[in-house]
Amino acid sequence: MDLLQDISIALQSGNCEKVEALVRQILGKKVLPKDVLDKGLIAGMNVIGEKYKNHEIFLPEVLLAAKAMYTGMDVLKPLFLKDEMPTLGRVVIGTVHGDIHDIGKNLVAIMLRGAGFDVIDLGKDVPAEKFVEVAVQKQARVIGMSALLTTTMPAMKSVVERLEKRGLNGKIKTIIGGAPVTADYARHIGADAYGYDSVNAVEWIKRLTT
Amino acid sequence: MRKLLERLAAGEVLVADGAMGTMLMERGMQIGQPPECFNLEHIDVLEEIAREYLSAGADIIQTNTFGASRLKLSQYSLEEEVAEINENAVLAVKKVAADQAYVSGSCGPTGKFLKPYGDVEPHEMVDVFREQISALIDAGIDVICIETMTDLHEATFAIKGARRVSSSIPVMATMTFDRTPKGFYTVMGVSVEEAAKGLEIAGADIVGSNCGNGIENMILIAQEFKRYTKLPVIIQSNAGKPVLEADRAFYPETPEFMAEKAGALISLGVSIIGGCCGTAPAHIRALRKAVDSCKG
Repeated sequence: MDLLQDISIALQSGNCEKVEALVRQILGKKVLPKDVLDKGLIAGMNVIGEKYKNHEIFLPEVLLAAKAMYTGMDVLKPLFLKDEMPTLGRVVIGTVHGDIHDIGKNLVAIMLRGAGFDVIDLGKDVPAEKFVEVAVQKQARVIGMSALLTTTMPAMKSVVERLEKRGLNGKIKTIIGGAPVTADYARHIGADAYGYDSVNAVEWIKRLTT
Repeated sequence: MRKLLERLAAGEVLVADGAMGTMLMERGMQIGQPPECFNLEHIDVLEEIAREYLSAGADIIQTNTFGASRLKLSQYSLEEEVAEINENAVLAVKKVAADQAYVSGSCGPTGKFLKPYGDVEPHEMVDVFREQISALIDAGIDVICIETMTDLHEATFAIKGARRVSSSIPVMATMTFDRTPKGFYTVMGVSVEEAAKGLEIAGADIVGSNCGNGIENMILIAQEFKRYTKLPVIIQSNAGKPVLEADRAFYPETPEFMAEKAGALISLGVSIIGGCCGTAPAHIRALRKAVDSCKG
């Protein structure tokens, strides 16, 4: 259906008003909300993710597209039963304790939502215990942690250790990222994955949840 | 002391200082604390760091005010201390530099995005920078250093903010690039060409790059800056990309390595060479030697 394609294109150009109008229009034509989500909004974000990965677009374009995506999702949300959008799984993410840098983490949240995950964003300066607590309580499958400072990286280890202590390692997977973080560091602290950028993080989380 | 811009125009190469964060950590900064809290409680530490860089041979010493804008400080509920935090930092460096080095007022990004992709109005951004820069200039800095920018609009508003306070103060403006298969770009998508031309148009006197890269990438970035602007160029390189050893990340480029590579920056005609993350007084001492040995 052409309208779905139009939604995807309007989303890619960051046009919130147009996305909202098109979503309302297409819902009037009895198209299923899930199809609007998958073939309109998520399809558009997939293109954005791909272009971002290939350095064809940069952060401003992604942020604009994300705004349009959220606008569209807000229209769809009330239409799903039990208040729940169909998702690929729940991910808890945040910037670790002591670190207030959240641009990278926010970008991962955008890409995850854009791929169809349910994201609980704990924000920045998140204590290790909170990651674990919320993940358990909300039955998340993955914890994603970000750090920009070399000094705050050890807080990631603390989260992994807490999961191990409670016998949750393997059940709740962990992925880490951020400018100073490396795949070596992930292995060293026993995290399940390292995402070198936001798109790569989503690819890894897809692998961790299937 | 002769005026900074006159010396650069005469072809002199100057040395700037190195990292601040690691120096503060060695002196008791706690994880989660903003570096600027030292400006309220431990001015002696700021003087000590300035003294170390001065004796290492830095011609330009930065203030500990990278995150001292209202928007950034509000993340620590320190937004009402903008004036005092900036003033104290300048006075500490000024006392030590005492006409042997220029005092450079550091001014980093706000950490917020401009509209339409973010929430901050352009006029608000200009006001935030103007407030900080006004405090820095009132306290007596010799040059303003708008640094680590990734958004050309934000950098432009910072330069505008500076120009609203003073039309004569020298303004340095640097951006941080990532190496992509398509060349160097900031995370916001600004190429070196756009940065060089855009910062110049905005009214900067000295342009260049800091942070994000080790010195080998910085040589490539400097090459591009020299291609697209006639303004003096400043390069403040990280000591490489952090690598992991045991449980700690550290920056691998040694003072000797950076000094050896600095020759290429000097040959390119870079006017100011200094350090960013991971560099220490030892790096600056080595850069000083490299610059001095090229004079002959």
